[in-house]
Amino acid sequence: MAQLNDTHIEVSNLSFWRGQRKIFDDLSLTIPRGKITAIMGPSGTGKTTLLKLIGGQLTPDQGTISIDGDNVHALTRRRLFELRAKMGMLFQSGALFTDMTVAGNVAFPLKVHTDLSETVIRDLVLMKLNAVGLRGASELKPAELSGGMARRAALARAIALDPDFLMYDEPFAGQDPIAMGVLINLISRLNRALGHTSVIVSHDIQETLSIADYVYLISDGKVLAQGAPDQLNGSEDPRVEQFMKGRPDGPVPFHYPAPSFKDQLFGDSQ
Amino acid sequence: MIQFLQQLGATTVNRVAAVGRAGQLLSQSLIAKPAPMMMLPLLVRQLYFIGVLSLVIIIVSGLFIGMVLGLQGYTILVDYGSEQAVGQMVALSLVRELAPVVTALLFAGRAGSAVTAEIGLMKATEQLASYEMIGVDPMRRIIAPRLWAGFISMPLLSMIFAIVGIWGGSLVAVDWLGIFSGSFWANMQASVSFSEDVLNGVIKSLVFGFVIIWIAVFQGNDCVPTSEGISQATTRTVVYSSLAILGLDFILTAMMFGDF
Ligand SMILES: Nc1ncnc2c1ncn2[C@@H]1O[C@H](COP(=O)(O)OP(=O)(O)OP(=O)(O)O)[C@@H](O)[C@H]1O
Ligand SMILES: [Mg+2]
Repeated sequence: MAQLNDTHIEVSNLSFWRGQRKIFDDLSLTIPRGKITAIMGPSGTGKTTLLKLIGGQLTPDQGTISIDGDNVHALTRRRLFELRAKMGMLFQSGALFTDMTVAGNVAFPLKVHTDLSETVIRDLVLMKLNAVGLRGASELKPAELSGGMARRAALARAIALDPDFLMYDEPFAGQDPIAMGVLINLISRLNRALGHTSVIVSHDIQETLSIADYVYLISDGKVLAQGAPDQLNGSEDPRVEQFMKGRPDGPVPFHYPAPSFKDQLFGDSQ
Repeated sequence: MIQFLQQLGATTVNRVAAVGRAGQLLSQSLIAKPAPMMMLPLLVRQLYFIGVLSLVIIIVSGLFIGMVLGLQGYTILVDYGSEQAVGQMVALSLVRELAPVVTALLFAGRAGSAVTAEIGLMKATEQLASYEMIGVDPMRRIIAPRLWAGFISMPLLSMIFAIVGIWGGSLVAVDWLGIFSGSFWANMQASVSFSEDVLNGVIKSLVFGFVIIWIAVFQGNDCVPTSEGISQATTRTVVYSSLAILGLDFILTAMMFGDF
């Protein structure tokens, strides 16, 4: 049983630039082992970027990210791939392999990382697909799936190996209420039963908060607020409140940084 | 002026950096513990896509080029009364130059562009990133089999091109224009040497194949992951490989046949 405040992933003093634009500015956060941590924030603040930094696909300009005490960006290429085999990531775009069927996609991580026999893999794949309601779609190609179905197939692939650590980028986007309920249940069950560390990035605030143990609210490259779901729901901070209630106006910017609208509309455009 | 210099400098730095990245790609994909059980099925699949599917265009082009050579050779040589040498002319020009070069140009257009577009699209749809996050190195899973398949296919395609071309030449010269077939083939056999001509042709096609497929996988892997990015990368593959083939052909020819 994991300790209560055992750190699985530690992000310290992270700074990251995209060209001239600073996405993260001295960001620090910790992700506890065996818990569900939600990362929320306005669209375009860099949540997906943060997951890619954690997965070692992007390299920070400053600061470190360590998983189980290993600095992700100081590992050799080989060790990095070994580490990734223990991670699961659901991409925002799904990113299914288009040259394989749905079943082939889910079977892929099992085939490359385990010595299980064909029949065992087949059964495991059917179980995973059943869990996301796609057992009947196992022989379809990714191009034949709807957006929501593709996302669920990608989720089945991400959990195929029962990794220690799962990152879900927008798992609920494009799901109908029933599928959403099922997925919420699935994610929380995986976490409670198998003790996976999970990181969820989602804009479905109340659904995410219902299963999260801890929440980080990120805006403008910094942690705006953090705490248990109740703490954030009850927060007095106007910025947190605005985000939680989803009000369009308030201190949290909805817009990508831009010159004043009035200047652009009426300004001298020569 | 300063701006121009700045731009020139930036472009040069970018080019050099790209060459560095291309070298890195090569080392990451090829220098690895061989895993034949994983590689073999992937390699066979790529040999099919890259090699077998290029056969039709190679055979048809080889046939026509051989026929044209036979015809042109005949019309020139007949003035000197040495039309029997047409077999030798057809075979030498094919084996030494036309088979490796034309095959390489066709290969760049047919297979190189396809490889670039495929890898570029995999990058744009985050499939390459997906392999990485599953803990499978795309350099070895995606890039390496394509590199090997291109490297293996090119010399074979080039040989097929030469054989079909010689056959096309004999169709025109012997069957149509009526050169005595004994002298057509005998002249050819007497003048084409294995170690000089055939081997040099094979070396050329190995070099071209390696360069084309390297450019193709690099452009795919390095493209800007958007529709325009992929289309530009595909164009670059064809343009750069064609230029590289023609330039290298001159250098290789000078090295192989230049010592008079
Ligand atoms: N490849 C890229 N090149 C340059 N800038 C990028 C790139 N990808 C993302 N960005 C910028 O980085 C910022 C963060 O992007 P990211 O995708 O991490 O946002 P996000 O928080 O996941 O948003 P969303 O909730 O909409 O998914 C955005 O402002 C975007 O403009
Ligand atoms: Mg995102």
